[in-house]
Amino acid sequence: MKARVHVMLKDGVLDPQGQAVAHALGALGFEGVGDVRQGKVIDLELHETDTEAARAKVREMCEKLLANTVIERYDIEIG
Amino acid sequence: MKAAVLVFPGSNCDRDLAVAFRAAGAEVTMVWHKEDALPAGVDVVGIPGGFSFGDYLRCGAIAARSPITRAVIEHTHRGGFALGICNGFQVLTETGILPGALMRNAGLKFVCKPVDLIVETGDSAFTSGYEAGQRITIPVAHHDGNYVGDADLVARLSGEDRIAFRYADNPNGSVADIAGILSENRRVLGLMPHPERAAEPAHGGTDGAALFRSLIGALTPA
Repeated sequence: MKARVHVMLKDGVLDPQGQAVAHALGALGFEGVGDVRQGKVIDLELHETDTEAARAKVREMCEKLLANTVIERYDIEIG
Repeated sequence: MKAAVLVFPGSNCDRDLAVAFRAAGAEVTMVWHKEDALPAGVDVVGIPGGFSFGDYLRCGAIAARSPITRAVIEHTHRGGFALGICNGFQVLTETGILPGALMRNAGLKFVCKPVDLIVETGDSAFTSGYEAGQRITIPVAHHDGNYVGDADLVARLSGEDRIAFRYADNPNGSVADIAGILSENRRVLGLMPHPERAAEPAHGGTDGAALFRSLIGALTPA
């Protein structure tokens, strides 16, 4: 079973990298770009076959390592 | 007085930190990250600067889950002392021993230069060798030194006199110009600047030496 974790900075946490990307897009002539936020995608291959058990396990991984919940939030996709 | 200096793959200030501890009178043991216990009788744990685990995932994130770090968490819960410098500060926030987090510098650049700090409190074993309000010069060298915490946390740190150092001229965008903070029991200090790189005249400055002298002095039985 595959799982995909999206890790993003929480709303309200300033994202200097996202701002730099927004600035660079503007410099390239792309107009109409508002806020840009940059995050991470982590793909996991799991031996687990039960969707809910997999989700619970990945949630624990996020809380313990994959995300720093002081500044980041995460979303989990299973399958 | 015994100090342990942790060594992770990618640590690069571990030996400098050991030299500074020894110069101040400590007996130092280097401890590899795969050890699951600190040497017996360790008074203070030094978590050095560098790029532990290549800064993969987040700076300090993987080091914070190393076997030795579990022993450090227990050590601090028992009231033991710890000093985390630069990457070591990042490790301390990742473990939750110190609150807040360290993000990419607001200017996105790696900042490597001597900076002026204001000593905010003399009330800790780390800072009792300085006067509150004293201005000192210590080098920084980091890409992710932008300390973040919400308004409540900053108010609490400030109200409890736990901001140890502030930048005189903020190089990384950190909230309230914070350069270093203390734990609630004032026995854990995390800071981005490198006092071990300003500890002897050949470094070009010695303003960091008082930190090690006062710490070792406080922990050495009279």
